[in-house]
Amino acid sequence: MKKRSIVPIIYILFLLLPIYWLVAMSFKTTNEILGGFSLFPQTFTLENYKVIFTDPTWYWGYINSISYVTLNTVISITVALPAAYAFSRYRFLGDKQLFFWLLTNRMAPAAVFALPFFQLYSAFEMFDTYLAVALAHCLFNIPLSVWILEGFMGGVPKELDETAYVDGYSFPRFFATIFIPSIKAGVGVAAFFCFMFSWVELLLAKTLTAVAAKPIAAIMTKTASSAGYELGLLAAAGTLTIIPGAIVIYFVRNYIAKGFAMGRV
Amino acid sequence: MKTVNQKAWFFVLPVLVLVAFNALIPMMTVVNYSVQETFGNNVFLWQGLDWFQQLLTEERFYKALGRQFMFTGLILIIEIPLGIAIALAMPRQGIWVPVCLVLMALPMLIPWNVVGAMWNIFTLPDIGLLGYFLNNVLGIQYDMTQDPIAAWITIITMDVWHWTSLVVLLAYAGLVSIPDAYYQAAKIDGASNWSVFRFIQLPKMKPVLTIAILLRFMDSFNIYTEPFVLTGGGPGNSTTLLSIDLVKRALGQFDLGPAAAMSLIYFAITLLVSWLFYTLMTKDDLN
Repeated sequence: MKKRSIVPIIYILFLLLPIYWLVAMSFKTTNEILGGFSLFPQTFTLENYKVIFTDPTWYWGYINSISYVTLNTVISITVALPAAYAFSRYRFLGDKQLFFWLLTNRMAPAAVFALPFFQLYSAFEMFDTYLAVALAHCLFNIPLSVWILEGFMGGVPKELDETAYVDGYSFPRFFATIFIPSIKAGVGVAAFFCFMFSWVELLLAKTLTAVAAKPIAAIMTKTASSAGYELGLLAAAGTLTIIPGAIVIYFVRNYIAKGFAMGRV
Repeated sequence: MKTVNQKAWFFVLPVLVLVAFNALIPMMTVVNYSVQETFGNNVFLWQGLDWFQQLLTEERFYKALGRQFMFTGLILIIEIPLGIAIALAMPRQGIWVPVCLVLMALPMLIPWNVVGAMWNIFTLPDIGLLGYFLNNVLGIQYDMTQDPIAAWITIITMDVWHWTSLVVLLAYAGLVSIPDAYYQAAKIDGASNWSVFRFIQLPKMKPVLTIAILLRFMDSFNIYTEPFVLTGGGPGNSTTLLSIDLVKRALGQFDLGPAAAMSLIYFAITLLVSWLFYTLMTKDDLN
């Protein structure tokens, strides 16, 4: 360990402190929380978690969130792959303008779109479905995916494409069996970012759902106001929202480090 | 060289359709609202540019805009250098690299309202870890529901906690892509740590830093959920950022016209600053 490793260690401790507090609180009873300050849970309880895992309104929130996030990641990556290929390999009329226009969609404040989105998806009778949220999140996830994937594809030499054609590969076969595997890391990084931004976004997800597709984070806010202030329960629900993200990042950890270095990002 | 091929449009078409569906239709709705007055029941009256005029002469708008710029400015000044410093201090290889990356990415994967709620309970004066520590151990008066300065420090700290890791990850990716030969050459020349940073690491990190600054600018300029959950815009209006003010108008007061006009001005400012910045940062590359 060198002396300078002290900097990342302090930083990571700073990151973990609020998370520790949330987790510690989730193992406390509401009485203990409101009763005063305690660094560790005095009366260690799993009651808060039991409520969440036995009450359908709670655990369906998680299923809903994971469903639309997964759907969004699949849609975003599927349509972004050919588009990124086009941007990285060809020049065509209006390509630069189109690329910049795609990026500008990340700049529109979600607050601006909340109401029009509600009207739009209601008009198409998609309100309160997974598909509505998944499609709405495409607004910011597709541009980001195209941007990331284009960077990775730029790093693959064009000779690869040409060799495949000479060898008699058709384009779809070349794309699926040679090209995509060669940018695996890029797909991993892009999928990670799609998952992340769709998982953490709430304003649109909340606006577009009522019951059937309501995200977990929205159920938390509702419960917070209706059932008094059950901090222990809220803390447990909050703790559980960290877990899916932590699992995903564990799987892509090597791609993230390698991936960023490889791509032109 | 890229070959010119107009058929490439077919590859882009699905993206174009999906994004246009989500971007153009809602945007047109906003434009519609911004030039009309509505009393509900789908009754609309033509209003022209009145809302824009009203907004641009209003003190409330400029105050919220000022707070928004102050927030974003402070965020960039703190997060970018801090992120670079941490990335420089991180190990380049070994088993600690994935551990560091996973732990650092953790805050970014927490839903935004949970982030707000988490910092709320973390800073409560009587039962929150930070609030209790400041008030009862260090004896500093700290209550962000009363004191605007404490509220500001809290939302800034929260954002630094939440997003510095993005800068770290990007800067780190830029650093590990520098070939060893560069460092060896610098060593032979007897370069100091500072000149290695100034003439090798910083230029090599420039493309990723451009992305980091752009992303941090756009996202912090549009931030809504976290400060809203944490402070609700208070105490008073001291942390009412532009986005919070916008939602107050649109959903709280149901002033759709002024809110729509404000959305468009908001979007235009974000676009303009991003474009200016992007042009400035990439100017050298073009020459």
